[in-house]
Amino acid sequence: MTTTVKDEKVLEIKNLRTYFYTQEGELKAVDGLTYYVNKGESVGLVGESACGKSVSALSILRLIPYPPGIIVGGEIIFQGKDLLKSTEDEMRDIRGNRIAMIFQEPTTSLNPVLTVRTQISEALELHRGMDKVEALQEVVRLLKLVGIPDPERRVGEYPFQFSGGMQQRIMIAMALSCNPALLICDEPTTSVDVTVQAQLLEIIDDLRRRFGTSVIIITHNLGIVARYVDRVNVMYAGRMIETAPTEELYANPLHPYTMGLLASVPRLDSERKKSLRVIKGLPPNLARLPTGCAFHPRCDYVMQKCRDEYPPLEKVGENHYRACFEEVAKLKRPQ
Amino acid sequence: MKDNRLIEIDKLYMYFPVTAGVLQRRVADVKAVDGVSFYIKKGETLGLVGESGCGKTTTGRCILQLYEGMKGNVFFEGVDLTKLKKEQMRRMRRNMQLIFQDPFASLDPRMTAGEIIGEPLKVHGLAKGKEYKDQVAELFRMVELEPYMADRYPHEFSGGQRQRIGIARALAVRPKFIVCDEPVSALDVSIQAQVIILLEKLRAELGLTYLFIAHDLSVVRNISDRVAVMYLGKIVEITQADEIYANPLHPYTIALLSAVPIPDPKVDRTRKRIILRGDVPSPINPPAGCRFNPRCYMATDACKEKEPELRELTPGSEHWVSCHLVK
Repeated sequence: MTTTVKDEKVLEIKNLRTYFYTQEGELKAVDGLTYYVNKGESVGLVGESACGKSVSALSILRLIPYPPGIIVGGEIIFQGKDLLKSTEDEMRDIRGNRIAMIFQEPTTSLNPVLTVRTQISEALELHRGMDKVEALQEVVRLLKLVGIPDPERRVGEYPFQFSGGMQQRIMIAMALSCNPALLICDEPTTSVDVTVQAQLLEIIDDLRRRFGTSVIIITHNLGIVARYVDRVNVMYAGRMIETAPTEELYANPLHPYTMGLLASVPRLDSERKKSLRVIKGLPPNLARLPTGCAFHPRCDYVMQKCRDEYPPLEKVGENHYRACFEEVAKLKRPQ
Repeated sequence: MKDNRLIEIDKLYMYFPVTAGVLQRRVADVKAVDGVSFYIKKGETLGLVGESGCGKTTTGRCILQLYEGMKGNVFFEGVDLTKLKKEQMRRMRRNMQLIFQDPFASLDPRMTAGEIIGEPLKVHGLAKGKEYKDQVAELFRMVELEPYMADRYPHEFSGGQRQRIGIARALAVRPKFIVCDEPVSALDVSIQAQVIILLEKLRAELGLTYLFIAHDLSVVRNISDRVAVMYLGKIVEITQADEIYANPLHPYTIALLSAVPIPDPKVDRTRKRIILRGDVPSPINPPAGCRFNPRCYMATDACKEKEPELRELTPGSEHWVSCHLVK
């Protein structure tokens, strides 16, 4: 799975903080997020609703709506340059071109009044300087690449004439049209069927291997992550609480939240009706985060220290970091 | 009642008309359920799985007699529900309830949790006064909520809690059978486990029978005793839950299973992956012959011409498959 270039970081996020100012007060959607993506690597950003994963992706592209959201601090270094210090013109050159994004709902991200051809051509003409004839050929080529049947005829059609799975493919084609260095996929499969999900992820993975594109896959689905990413970042209440290469994370999770999550997910091959463990309590309210470690109210290992301080990220293995005060040796591991 | 079968469905059809033009003429039909027969045993959970448009939700609602224009027979404890008069069916409804997918849309936002859960008791005249209050409190406790929450409105609860309210509402009339229509799909991963465990606990304690409809095969397999796979309005395979994973026979079932990743990279890597071509066709115009043939990686000419029947593999095995190539 790895065709990654180690130590060549395409993206480096440092201590990112994105807050929303609402009637309920200050919502700390992303609160000190740090991670990086190597060239050609696929990274999974995993967590449940409101953990900040989507907001962090929108922050990379500076698509956070103001009001009510503001990126209040941190650095987002893309190919050596801090995006948070870039001008809007510079960002426009990057969006859809060097960093591309596909979203959960293709119906809301594709323009319903433009044909498929027009939508994809737009990026080609703008960023790759093609004329209309060249662009059309390229659009057809891209649609073929993502598996749209009969592309020569279908380029002239509108998004509503395609199924959900096809619309997602069109989005993938659009995203890849300018050979981006980084592709961000925000819950790309949540609204499609399982068999279509498999098709889409295979396309993305195949294209990643062929063109060396780095990919960030944002999802709450632990199965997708196991299959399609090289490294996993687990997020909780706006921060990364554990990160490790995929195999290592599943074999050896060392944060109580990760452990609880993995134990609570039904698997096709586990013993039926017996094996689900539960994380007690509810996901946190971002407007009223607990003191100290945000996970402490739900944690089986909670100590006084957890209520007072936020645990820093510490190394627990090769490329494996986690933010927790409990000693590794004291964690009860399932068999 | 044959073999302890609580529910028996025989040749169920449900077509929804598609109208067009100024006069709203019926131009086509969405063949949502197109000849479905199966049974559910007392005390078991039958999982009904399939992708969008396969007809699983419609099947569940047809069993509960929620649609007009349905064809076929539905037997509950040997009684044919399709032949009951309106008032008889109304009384029958105490035996069968429905839990919905969307914990936001399925609760009336203007009613308190207590009112929502107690409403069935009022509608069926089951309790009054103190007894009513006691029963509502008991229902709260059954779904692991605190009775003092009864005065709160739905928006004050989390998604998982709302789902529990929906479950308590379904239990109010002490039904024998519950159709669970995607009860955990809209919930966060860590909350799904809580609700699945609760549903299973209630089933065991109260002797319930479930039809568990979902698209997530991992969830379905975990909670079900037997699993039925649907494709474009038809059942393509039914067998025991362990068997469906260990020995899937229909090519669609096999492809479906291979598309579901196992959250364990070491294990998942060893599995064969079958990537189907194309999308699920529309139930308005299903393909001729076997519905699955255009996407089937094993299709032969016979598959394009003749629809296969759902046949039991060996008598008594309770493993049914609908495929020409499976003997």
